[in-house]
Amino acid sequence: MKKLKIGSFFENIYLFLMFLFLYLPIVILMIFSFNDIKSTSNWSGFSLKWYEQMLSDESLLEAFANTITIGIVASLVSCVIGTAAAIGIQGFKSGKVKGIINAVTNLPMVSSELVMGVSLMMMFLTVKIPLGYFTLLLSHITFCIPYVIVSVLPKLVQLDNGIYEAALDLGAKPFYAFRKVVLPEIKPGIISGMLIAFTLSIDDFVISFFTTGNGVNNLSIYIYSSVRRGVNPMYNALSTLMFVLVAILLFIINKRSSGKGDSPVIIP
Amino acid sequence: MDKHLIEFKNVFKTFDSDEVLSNINFHINENEFLTLLGPSGCGKSTLLRIIAGFESPTSGNVYFEGNDLSSIAPYERKVNTVFQKYALFPHLDVYDNIAFGLRIKKLDSKEIDAKVKKVLDMVNLSGFEKRTVSSLSGGQQQRIAIARAIVNEPKVLLLDEPLAALDLKLRKGMQLELKNMQRELGITFIYVTHDQEEALTMSDTVVVMKNGTIQQIGKPTDIYNEPVNAYVADFIGESNIISGVMKKDCLVNIMGIDMDCVDTGFDTDENVDVVIRPEDVRISEVDDAMICGVVESVIFKGVHYEMVIVSDDFKWLVHDTAKYDIGKKVSLFVKPFDIHIMKKS
Repeated sequence: MKKLKIGSFFENIYLFLMFLFLYLPIVILMIFSFNDIKSTSNWSGFSLKWYEQMLSDESLLEAFANTITIGIVASLVSCVIGTAAAIGIQGFKSGKVKGIINAVTNLPMVSSELVMGVSLMMMFLTVKIPLGYFTLLLSHITFCIPYVIVSVLPKLVQLDNGIYEAALDLGAKPFYAFRKVVLPEIKPGIISGMLIAFTLSIDDFVISFFTTGNGVNNLSIYIYSSVRRGVNPMYNALSTLMFVLVAILLFIINKRSSGKGDSPVIIP
Repeated sequence: MDKHLIEFKNVFKTFDSDEVLSNINFHINENEFLTLLGPSGCGKSTLLRIIAGFESPTSGNVYFEGNDLSSIAPYERKVNTVFQKYALFPHLDVYDNIAFGLRIKKLDSKEIDAKVKKVLDMVNLSGFEKRTVSSLSGGQQQRIAIARAIVNEPKVLLLDEPLAALDLKLRKGMQLELKNMQRELGITFIYVTHDQEEALTMSDTVVVMKNGTIQQIGKPTDIYNEPVNAYVADFIGESNIISGVMKKDCLVNIMGIDMDCVDTGFDTDENVDVVIRPEDVRISEVDDAMICGVVESVIFKGVHYEMVIVSDDFKWLVHDTAKYDIGKKVSLFVKPFDIHIMKKS
């Protein structure tokens, strides 16, 4: 149905304002990351000096390295555990049990990050694991798993159960049948899940803040603690980089899932 | 001499608390085309899945060449299945689909090439090696599914309603092809269907099932001509089923009329079901017959007319090549040989 021209005009204005409101601060932040004076209000000229300063800051580079290594390891590990969990959930014959377990695994996604962060910290303290890189990694794996499950499960539901049986019927042992027949079919879901996990991991602040210690920082904690000491356009540069990185990942994830005709992945 | 290839002994199967198979006892001979026939939910597919190894009996035993099947994993069984929804591997092309089983057996690539080519030739799809599964029509996918199974040279080919998704003409063609294939390959086919015509066309032996029990086992002609009860008679083809009383050997009373028949061995005055096929009822216009009725409806069916004739509140289904107009008074005759008497079920 054709919309009234005037209606669509206001719709566009509204949409424009909405995006302006959402993205203007980020755009300003990005612009001033290229400013050649230490001001967040006056523009004096283009320069890359804040990026240079960023690259020569060792504690920042260390935080960056932590963020990336934790992101990669957490996404890989949570991808394996999450896929296995999704297969397990799908394997339940009773719909009731399946529903309950599904709800329990989804709970961490909808519950507050603060709760997750504090509870993980309390648990590490109780079992006397010193807070640091390892606990940070464990926490990231933990909160990534549900997202992998949510991403893999629809692929398993779509999967024609007959093809697994067909592979067994043709003489394949169960693991061979899984590897040759089931895995190729659910691979898109696994990869999407892994990308989501990676994105969430490099982006996370709240849970990381509670579960790290011993001077181990990731980028978001580093920025938070530095900005408290004073605003420096270097953090504009850093934030710009992180925003671009996450935006690219999100773009890839959404492109992957919309290309397959699935519902787009929404990250809270 | 027929050899028992597969034998079911006192097999029961329950899902949750539903009994889907109840005391199944029968055997399947070598090189036999056996059809499990019954309405959906009668347990015929479960029976097939037990042979394939995807289900195991709750109690009882199944023997394959004399060995108990319960200790043999599905991937070790000398059977292959053609699935109802084909279950082709969507990420593999036609060649890789067919070669799947051969690669597991670690045959060398030359041998695999030759076998795939031969079997594609057999299902009339030569040159389709590199096509993707999704680019094939339903009929072609069906053939690939059959090719993928028979290329492994199984002892037994299990077919789970393989033609259900095809249109009528294609189905008729595939019925003949399957029958020819079975003769050519010389292997046992176990075929599951709810289509009685399909069962009668292709099978050496038909097993009629109902609610998890076997009703009758026999050759197609025996099942059609001498059904053991009204259920089989009704399922295997359209019938008139009438309650009657057996007066003595070879004399039955239906609707107050004594009729000669050929059945013996019933008690005097025993209540029985009388089954008469619609094509065995003769119509004439004279009115001195035992049964008189009025034509209620006429449907043209191609070769014959299907008519419903009402007589004493009973609606006779009659097939005749001549047409009688609605409202016309007619008489009905049935030859003693065509009256089938069955115990009340």
